[in-house]
Amino acid sequence: MPSTDELRQRIEAAIPGATAEVQDLTGGGDHFRATVIAPSFADLSRIEQHRAVYAVFGADIGGPIHALSLETRAE
Amino acid sequence: MSENPVRNAIQDAIRDHEVILFMKGTPERPMCGFSARTAAALEALGAEYAAVDILPDPRIRQELSAVSNWPTIPQLFVKGELLGGCDIVTEMYESGELAQALGVEPASDAPAAASVEPGAPLQIDNRL
Repeated sequence: MPSTDELRQRIEAAIPGATAEVQDLTGGGDHFRATVIAPSFADLSRIEQHRAVYAVFGADIGGPIHALSLETRAE
Repeated sequence: MSENPVRNAIQDAIRDHEVILFMKGTPERPMCGFSARTAAALEALGAEYAAVDILPDPRIRQELSAVSNWPTIPQLFVKGELLGGCDIVTEMYESGELAQALGVEPASDAPAAASVEPGAPLQIDNRL
């Protein structure tokens, strides 16, 4: 079962310069909300920003991570 | 012609409906909070939209995500393009961008009555 810390570390390791804050929405370890701030998002549309974060987790989304709600911005 | 009727049906549905929401359940009976919230944003704007319940066949979700390069449900398409999932649609609703994208009046204090395209839910079903 993934932890908020694990999610945060995976996001920050995969997206250069990213800072992430991750909450477990239900306490069940499968519904998360992440706020991700990364300078590289400046050139991306909102859809592309979310795709970049989803891409960090690949097939884990819909698997162990049932839901990952996102807020993304460049700064 | 093609060996993937589900994917074709999804692509046709996205092409043929200016506003189409792929969700878990139906606007009347959403089966997931994220789908419920997204449908509610459309309803609050009085937007006309088609809705597809992805739950009856797991292939719908699988093929939809392959088509859209988006892993989660719901997914809202406007004029053939993915607008976003629950988070983006909610943000856009709150900022007024959603009304703009849909070409409707921004949400007022008295939201217009909900109008869902009758009969639109699940053309895809007919093709399986």
